[in-house]
Amino acid sequence: MRQFWRTFSRNQLAVCGGAVVLVLVTLAVLAPLLAPWDPNRPDTRKILIPPSSSHWLGTDPLGRDVLSRVLYGSRISLAVGFVSVGIAAAIGVLLGAAAGYHGGTVDNVVMRLVDLMLVFPRFFLLLAVLAFLKPSIWTIMTVIGLTGWMGVARLVRAEFLTLREREFVIWSESVGAGAMRIIFRHILPNAIAPILVAMTLGIPAAILTEAGLSFLGLGVQPPYATWGNILNDGRDYIEIAWWMTLYPGLAILITVLSYNLMGEGIRDALDPRLRQSRVGRIRTR
Amino acid sequence: MPRHRGPGHSRLAWAACGLLVAACNGPIESRSEDLPAIGGAPAYGDTFIQASIGDIGGLIPSLTSDQSSHEVGGMIYDGLVKLDRDLRMAPSMAESWTYSRDCLELTFKLRRDVKWHDGRPFTADDVLFTYQTMINPKTPAPFKEGFLLVKDVQAPDPYTVRVTYDKPYARALETWNTYMLPKHLLQSFAEAGTLRESPQNSHPIGTGPYRFQEWKPGEKVVLVASPDYFEGRPYLGRIVYRVIPSQATIFLELKANGVDYASSLTGIQYARQTEYPAFRKAYHKFRYPGSGYTFVGFNLKDPRFADLRVRQAFAHAINKQELIDGVRLGLAREATGPIRPGTWAYTDDVKRLSYDPERAKALLAEAGWKDRDGDGLVEDRDGRPFTLTIRTNQGNDERKKIAELIQQRLKDVGVQADIQLIEWAAFIKEFVKPRRFEVVVLGLGSGTDPDQFVVWHSSQRGPDQMNRTGYANPEVDRLLELGRSSCVQEERVQYYHRIQQILAEDLPMIFLYTADALPVVAARIRGVSPAPSGILHNFTEWFVPKQQQRYTSG
Amino acid sequence: MALFALRRLLLSLPLLIGITFVSYVVISLAPGGPLDFLTPEDPNASVEVKERLIKEFGLDQPIHVQYWQWLKRAVRLDFGRSFLPDGRPVLTKIGERLPITLFLNLIEMAIIVGLAVPIGVLSATRQYSLYDKITTVFVFVGFATPDFWLALLLMILFGVQLGWLPISGLRSLNWEYLSFWQQQWDFFSHLVLPIVVATFGGLAGFSRYMRQSMLEVVRQDYVQTARAKGLSERVVISKHALRNALLPVVTILALALPGLIGGSVIIESIFAIPGMGQLMVQSVFSRDYPVVMGNLVIVATLTLVANLVADITYGLVDPRIRFGGRRGRR
Repeated sequence: MRQFWRTFSRNQLAVCGGAVVLVLVTLAVLAPLLAPWDPNRPDTRKILIPPSSSHWLGTDPLGRDVLSRVLYGSRISLAVGFVSVGIAAAIGVLLGAAAGYHGGTVDNVVMRLVDLMLVFPRFFLLLAVLAFLKPSIWTIMTVIGLTGWMGVARLVRAEFLTLREREFVIWSESVGAGAMRIIFRHILPNAIAPILVAMTLGIPAAILTEAGLSFLGLGVQPPYATWGNILNDGRDYIEIAWWMTLYPGLAILITVLSYNLMGEGIRDALDPRLRQSRVGRIRTR
Repeated sequence: MPRHRGPGHSRLAWAACGLLVAACNGPIESRSEDLPAIGGAPAYGDTFIQASIGDIGGLIPSLTSDQSSHEVGGMIYDGLVKLDRDLRMAPSMAESWTYSRDCLELTFKLRRDVKWHDGRPFTADDVLFTYQTMINPKTPAPFKEGFLLVKDVQAPDPYTVRVTYDKPYARALETWNTYMLPKHLLQSFAEAGTLRESPQNSHPIGTGPYRFQEWKPGEKVVLVASPDYFEGRPYLGRIVYRVIPSQATIFLELKANGVDYASSLTGIQYARQTEYPAFRKAYHKFRYPGSGYTFVGFNLKDPRFADLRVRQAFAHAINKQELIDGVRLGLAREATGPIRPGTWAYTDDVKRLSYDPERAKALLAEAGWKDRDGDGLVEDRDGRPFTLTIRTNQGNDERKKIAELIQQRLKDVGVQADIQLIEWAAFIKEFVKPRRFEVVVLGLGSGTDPDQFVVWHSSQRGPDQMNRTGYANPEVDRLLELGRSSCVQEERVQYYHRIQQILAEDLPMIFLYTADALPVVAARIRGVSPAPSGILHNFTEWFVPKQQQRYTSG
Repeated sequence: MALFALRRLLLSLPLLIGITFVSYVVISLAPGGPLDFLTPEDPNASVEVKERLIKEFGLDQPIHVQYWQWLKRAVRLDFGRSFLPDGRPVLTKIGERLPITLFLNLIEMAIIVGLAVPIGVLSATRQYSLYDKITTVFVFVGFATPDFWLALLLMILFGVQLGWLPISGLRSLNWEYLSFWQQQWDFFSHLVLPIVVATFGGLAGFSRYMRQSMLEVVRQDYVQTARAKGLSERVVISKHALRNALLPVVTILALALPGLIGGSVIIESIFAIPGMGQLMVQSVFSRDYPVVMGNLVIVATLTLVANLVADITYGLVDPRIRFGGRRGRR
């Protein structure tokens, strides 16, 4: 653990990233307290006003305060990030563990399922699922989660495959410990590192996906703001209302950047191969 | 992009700008002060570049329903009659027509000088053929209604067509404002039902002012002027439709002079983004009342909306002016009914419910909806709050904004509304057709004929039919039937005025507004003449003076 | 190894069938159908016309029968005709759009690889240095920038204000009248902006992967050995480390193969490029089943082939993997 912190803190970018992430999460949680205006209340007398003292980030085409919308939007964007990655990780861990531990047919079935999911163009998958479900924020999160578990599954499976051959597992088995026990007490803790990294790096991807979906009009329903749909609302007015594009774009940029830097830092710090003094390298894929 | 000028004529023609004067005369707003003082003689040549937001669906527009293919098709094909500048029927390939006394027979006399683009003469046989093709069940045409009501078509001589109806049909004339198809090229395909696979669908032959030259799918369609067009050769030598699927890009192309025409700017673009001097020098903007209206439709099967007071409350709760200002930046007119303002059947002498939230709350209370627990929402006697979902189709920015504004206003009177934007196909199939909605925001076109039978008659409430709100009023039914079966305008006016009045009383839907059309045309193009029907009515007379021509017409 | 490849190929066939079947079912079940577009709002005619069309498209039969009909023709590479009014053969519609998409993607990939490899390598060798930090930030900025935003900004700057580059489309309208070299330049100038936008966003993934791979390799024993032997840093890196670091990159390239025929809807619609992305999206939105299926078959086939190629090349170039053999170190 201490090793981890030492390596991690050496990486200035990662630390910066982590700090920013913390700030963002705080802002998101405190949004209702911080937002100066009702983010959803239109006012047609104030359409597309540039940033001013009463509206720090300007107003949108329906006269709503952009700052408030960006703040409330951060809650949705971050929620989408966390929850969809959580769903993806949960599915991935379950299926990957099953494949890696049992091997044989189970492994085959799961891996074919992975292939199947990977073959479909992402957009097609999203559209198909969205067509069936009622459009809402939960749908979006589920859909992104359902279409993104494959990477985690592969990782987890690989971990299981290698760790399974390790002595302590064989020992535990011979002693008669149940499968679940082995999985949770011995294998999973070792596998946690790459899973964590995948999750951290999955969050910015989920945020960008949500922004892209909103851009195509398939995202969260109005009037709720997400960074993606603020961008979409401002798309036709880029020249005269640059604030509609700059600020949510910046928000996405900073968030994605920070998560990525932090995630990379975590990965670098956790990766045993990058540590100089270690006996018995564990080969991970 | 290199700009080619016409062969170097340096004549400064001070020809009378007769056409220019016509342009300044329209009752519709145009930036007359921007039209240049120096005129130019009408000259043939130059290319007209139009942006098209969708690719054409095919080159036989009778089979398609998308707007692009009808725009292009309108240049390649012609009908027997056409719409003139004042929204009245005028001769096109038929030089005259007469109705029989009992309104059951319509006889056209065709012009004798019309030729297909391949040189063959256009005759009554082609009209007969078009009719037979349209009613043929093997033809997958979306808009057949008018033809199905015809009893018989005869061609007693090559230049006379006699159409007979069972019952008088008011829209008869309008039916023949459609694309005439060449018999000599399509007969076998129509009979076999393989029209879509005919060469006509990739290389059409028509009788219109422009001939087809090429179609690069997804990229462009190119048409060239037809030199022996019966109304005179069009001046603009070539039309190129550039497929540009993004509104933002179209606008940028406009600014960079990459396109010469945009059929409609958005409200904000018109009011805020095109006011700078360079733009006003390079383009002329026009504004005239559009056709079509946007509305909020109730599902009258829903017991809450079956109560007229609730519908009236909603009407009072909505601020139409706010919608016009917020969504169109003021560039729209309030709609009071389904009939197009400016046409002969229109009247605005109807009941209006103005924006009055207090009255709205009072009406809701009368209908049993009061705020019984102080939470800001109204509930009925059993304590159930008034909640609903406003649905509309995804991809339409205006309707989305309308939904958001209405949602807020409803909240002010205690009604809780959610919004759902649904992809078009799913929207129509899952919600609109099976009437699984409470309130929808949609639009309808108001055609040139005021007949509203399909939208309001009680017999049209089936799942595939257009009476989406489920409206049924026996008096309106009677008036619709009368209106449809008369061909005497003075009679019909009475019926339609009454219909508009009843609709305003009954409120099956709340008519919101009719958006203004806001087209933009490059300044070098002369001859544009704003009229009630728009600006495209005299497209074949538009021209570019020789010294300002930008592209060779090839 | 040949056995391995053969076995995989054989296994792929049922997988392909399974994929297409699932796709067909999914797209058929999605609410709405092609008829909602072809016979939109006309009450009277629609009943007969609809019935005709339903028969013609075969939609009156149960799904598995429909699928079987499709499959029978698909194996002869007959993907039928589009449901849209133009009714053109599916292969024609795909064939019109595939070349430009392929072309753009290949160029993009070449540029990304060409830039990402040096960026990644240098980042790895100078880990945590200023260079590393700057490039990291730069690359992630590219990743996080919404591409339509960048596209519109560049269009405004270079197209409208400076007028140096055309805004949209593939060719100028007078292309046929230009000389050969002018034509090439015209084509090139139309593609500059879309390629720049696409590449900027795509650099991140690749260069980070390169960096990661290089970092792993550089810490291996044999690199230490080479250093200890007294070889210059440059030789160490370029001769020993680089080659090994490139191995996983080859795998990634192979896996990127299926992506070559997919286009970005956003970029294509903004730049008015008639590519595969738009075709796919439009066909899904209009429930044009034949085109959707045709598209899918091509993508699925390419993906399966790519997976196979990736696995084989990885096995080939990495001596540590011997398909079930011992794992050793170099």
